[in-house]
Amino acid sequence: MSGKLDPKGGGSVFSRVLRNQIFIPFAALLLLALFNLIADPSFFAINLKMNSAGSYILSGNLISIIDNGSELAILAIGMTLVTASSKGQDISVGAAIAISGSVLLRVLCGNDTRPETIQAPIIVAFLVSAVAAMCFGAFNGVLVAYFRIQPMVATLILFTAGRSIAAWINNNELPIVPGEEFTYFGGYIPGCPLPTPFLIAILCFVLTWAMLKFTNIGLYSQSVGINEKTSRLNGLNPELIKLTTYIILGLCVAVTGLIKVSRLSTINYSVIAKDIEMDAILAVALGGNSLSGGKFNMAASILGAYVIQFLTTTLYKFDVQATALPAYKAVVVIVLVVMSAPVVREKISRLTKKIRSPKRTAENQA
Amino acid sequence: MQQGSLLELRGIYKSFPGVKALQNVDFTLREGEIHALMGENGAGKSTLIKVLTGVYVKDEGDIFIKGHDGAVQIRSPQEAQRVGISTVYQEITLCPNLSVAENIFIGRGKGAGVNWRTMNKKAGELLASLGIAVKPTQQLASCSIAVQQMIAIARAVDMECSVLILDEPTSSLDESEVAKLFALMRKLKARGVGIIFVTHFLDQVYEVCDRITVLRDGQLVGEYEIESLPRLQLVSKMLGKELDDMADIKNDMKTFDDDGGTPVYEAENLCSTEGIKPFNFHIRRGEVNGFTGLLGSGRSECVRAIYGADTVTSGTVRMDGKHVKITKPKDAMKNGIAYLPEDRKRDGIVGDLSVRENIILALQVKTGFFRPFSKAKQIAFAEEYIKLLDIKTASVNTPIKSLSGGNQQKVILARWLLTHPKYLILDEPTRGIDVGTKVDIQKLVLKLASEGMSITFISSETDEMLRTCSRLLVMRDRKLVGELVGDQLTQNTIMATIAGGDQNVG
Amino acid sequence: MKLKKMLSMVVSTVICATLLAGCGGNNAPASTTKAAEPAKTEAAAPATESGKKIKVGIINNDPNESGYRTANDKDLKATFCEANGFDASFAYSLKNDEQITAAQKFIQDEVDYLLLSAADTAGWDGVLKDAQAAGVKVILFDRTIDADPSLYEASIVSDMAKEGETAVEWLKGQNLPKYEIIHLQGVMGSAAQKGRSGALDATAKDLGWTIVTQQTAEWNAEKAQQIVQSAIDSNKSFNVIYAENDDMAKGAVAALDKANISHGVGKDVVVMGFDCNKWALEELLAKNWNYDGQCNPFQSSYIKDIIDKLEKGEAIGEKTIIMNEKGFDASTITQEDVDNYGI
Repeated sequence: MSGKLDPKGGGSVFSRVLRNQIFIPFAALLLLALFNLIADPSFFAINLKMNSAGSYILSGNLISIIDNGSELAILAIGMTLVTASSKGQDISVGAAIAISGSVLLRVLCGNDTRPETIQAPIIVAFLVSAVAAMCFGAFNGVLVAYFRIQPMVATLILFTAGRSIAAWINNNELPIVPGEEFTYFGGYIPGCPLPTPFLIAILCFVLTWAMLKFTNIGLYSQSVGINEKTSRLNGLNPELIKLTTYIILGLCVAVTGLIKVSRLSTINYSVIAKDIEMDAILAVALGGNSLSGGKFNMAASILGAYVIQFLTTTLYKFDVQATALPAYKAVVVIVLVVMSAPVVREKISRLTKKIRSPKRTAENQA
Repeated sequence: MQQGSLLELRGIYKSFPGVKALQNVDFTLREGEIHALMGENGAGKSTLIKVLTGVYVKDEGDIFIKGHDGAVQIRSPQEAQRVGISTVYQEITLCPNLSVAENIFIGRGKGAGVNWRTMNKKAGELLASLGIAVKPTQQLASCSIAVQQMIAIARAVDMECSVLILDEPTSSLDESEVAKLFALMRKLKARGVGIIFVTHFLDQVYEVCDRITVLRDGQLVGEYEIESLPRLQLVSKMLGKELDDMADIKNDMKTFDDDGGTPVYEAENLCSTEGIKPFNFHIRRGEVNGFTGLLGSGRSECVRAIYGADTVTSGTVRMDGKHVKITKPKDAMKNGIAYLPEDRKRDGIVGDLSVRENIILALQVKTGFFRPFSKAKQIAFAEEYIKLLDIKTASVNTPIKSLSGGNQQKVILARWLLTHPKYLILDEPTRGIDVGTKVDIQKLVLKLASEGMSITFISSETDEMLRTCSRLLVMRDRKLVGELVGDQLTQNTIMATIAGGDQNVG
Repeated sequence: MKLKKMLSMVVSTVICATLLAGCGGNNAPASTTKAAEPAKTEAAAPATESGKKIKVGIINNDPNESGYRTANDKDLKATFCEANGFDASFAYSLKNDEQITAAQKFIQDEVDYLLLSAADTAGWDGVLKDAQAAGVKVILFDRTIDADPSLYEASIVSDMAKEGETAVEWLKGQNLPKYEIIHLQGVMGSAAQKGRSGALDATAKDLGWTIVTQQTAEWNAEKAQQIVQSAIDSNKSFNVIYAENDDMAKGAVAALDKANISHGVGKDVVVMGFDCNKWALEELLAKNWNYDGQCNPFQSSYIKDIIDKLEKGEAIGEKTIIMNEKGFDASTITQEDVDNYGI
């Protein structure tokens, strides 16, 4: 597209690929895949099996990855936007998931903790929980945008209080949602061999793509994140844009909450979606996006989320010692994050250019 | 190395994706001289300086410095400092939220501990010796741009450098401040310091410099003794062609007749929170007028009030005779007003975004959140204006921050022209950009006005204003003190009006 | 600018406070908050002048921490109520220093008894000596501390190792043709994890049981589900799930269901959990799970017993009292058990 103006044009496809942001999460994915291929090719086996509900489903490590990584990928969408516009991260998403899941259960189960049937249509319950999650998102957004509190500090409030609020919503009971239908969201829809969380994630990706394509949220949030003063002078309302991104994150939280709660039909306030905020932030960083805001690449963030899940599944698969698990994860994460840092990427592309440059001069002379 | 040279660059190459910024450039700085580095936009001045100061690493070539055997490697600003090269950049690169003293000494501490009192005392002495009236404990952001620039120089001077690079230091200083700076430069020169002076003010070059090196399109044009290079020749060497653009401009100018019709924009008792006195202002179709006055006289604050960039506290505004309310930039944009701000880096560019996105930004916001332009349309817009304004960029997707200052300014200009404004406000559009672009912009202003656009033009260079404006509004002490038209538009009348009858002022 | 900053801080504090008040004001028995303020105290009963009532200060962990803690807190509140002749105040925190502050406050308030479930084992000597000097009698429950036993009257604790042994003993008694176990551990290093893992590790080594997978799911159902899923995906053969709490057992069962692997009494996979959540016991009753080990949260009757003895001036036998803890087998569990022991 820019080939005409880029004097180097197609000659540097390799270095252009290297400079592309999505390269790092993609390379990480390939590396992990390669490692698994060498260590045990059966890692990639996918079978069609019957589940206990009697329908055929696909199963295998890869399916587990796209299944379990979906929540993180959905959160990464919102986290990417929030990071871009407000130059900081929301650390309260785990607690917010507990709240939204708790609201969902409260509406579905009513006052009874063990109802015979669900007390409200699932869609109504989801909408209520989405509104609740978006309100909490707006709460964070207002603190960040209008009161100019650092995002981490502003969201620390909900991070601390969120799980207590979640417990309070259900009087500290642990209701269990009755019925098969509700389990579809975190499991399988009868007749569909793919896990529903992945389908929901795909739907979210499509919606996000449409949002980026048919609105200016991308341009606006990046612009605000890079230079707020300029943005204001160009007619943007930076506060409103930041607030919007936090509300969008709230919606992502609600969707994630639905999947998480549906997986087990119940909730445990203190451990549901525990530490997921850190993984979501990590996904954004792995996508090569600057955590200090500005330009972002949504696809790279989403891919980053699946890389994290790929890593987790790989570590489980190889039975890494429980006590050593965090250490392994940390090492891989450090390598990935360092690799995706813009400084390092620039160094790499410079290095490859240097290696290739003698060749190019030779070509030019010929 | 030659006898008496302080710094020698031999065969420097540097390229960026799509741009060969420097090709085989030589440069020699002698002891105790002030050496002007001249060139148009993208000629490679900034790149050369960044190579010297370790911001960029050169691709090829050697750097020799007196007192160091063999070629010196400069890979970081710290290394540049270590070999005695200090710099004051075109754009202020200090920390606005630190105090003046902290800014002077930041990053230079030898031990871990900081003695605040000593630091403030030393800073105070330094500032006093340079005649900068500012308290060391003051927060930098609270100082005017001019003072911030002086502090940046003070910092560089204090680093006991043998090579001092001044990159457009005077673009935000007024005459008395420039005079102070020149005095300081001569003092340093007498001490044997070599000064590389980058500026677009030809007068200043001829006032203080000993020799001139001219670059064009990343290549060395030549090195000249100041006496042997008349002004006209210098300009032609920079532009690469023999022509008197100044003369051209004079022939084009001022065809505007005040027909007394309904003004495009009219304000009564307009006032903002930025401390200006309420003022009346109007502009007609096809008119070019300007605010003039000393630095800090309130010129920029007036146009910011017109655009709604600051909070407007009072006043009524009519556009084409109809009452409108302009309280924020978006209101102004909807009413067909465009504003190119004074501080390009802070208020103008969105640094990490591409040239394309920077060009379409304002029109996109005007068009609406739910109606984004297709990529093809964005590229078409961008390419149209890149061609129209002759913007030098590797591609439409190049981040704007990697463009030279003048080209950045053209991108911002393109952004506003794309919105097809009725009324265009240009606050210091030519600040810190080269002669060629300056002339381009002046010509463009006159051309747009002849097509019916109303333009308000602000510049620190009075002759630029005289060349373009048919009416000048003179500001003094944040108050509108006079309006000059027709025959009154001469340097002398302007100076007189700025100075005022009051003897205390001036 | 400073003003704006200050304003924003004030407003956010107010919002935060309102939020907290919102939860604190609720009349649900166990809902409190664990936000910014240290160890919040709340009076469960108005202080009476008469002095007839026994004044008790109870320092516990946050009831939201787990179902176990919720049940524990409910039980304490039910026992030390006004009707039973107690004037009880509660303080909750998961942090040792906040708990110590609360203890000092209770000593100042001249409580008769200080009941303590410490967040950390260390650091209590000073405040317990203060208590002794002030004549406040200290009873530890649920968790023991590293302090001289002379500083407290009694310590009522669960023996996690015994819980594990009971469970493993039960498993041994099943006489399975083979033992291929997926072992889901709790947060590594916690007392419950150590006790429950220790018993299994030792027996597996002695009897040559195969541990197919041993991994920490950090008490978390989702993680447990992923770990079991991973084992299934890798075609590992297993017939026992030994989960160190109910949540993880539930997660494991969700993975089994997905893969159409039968579990429960007389089925392919034996499922074992701990903590006796009510819903978990119901799973046992439905024969979906096989075993659930109790971690008894109902210390209040033991504590009351000791207080009664002390009030009457009787001697207490053993200082450390280990509570009776049961293990439930799906083939013998009754609805009555669910109602009595479910938490």
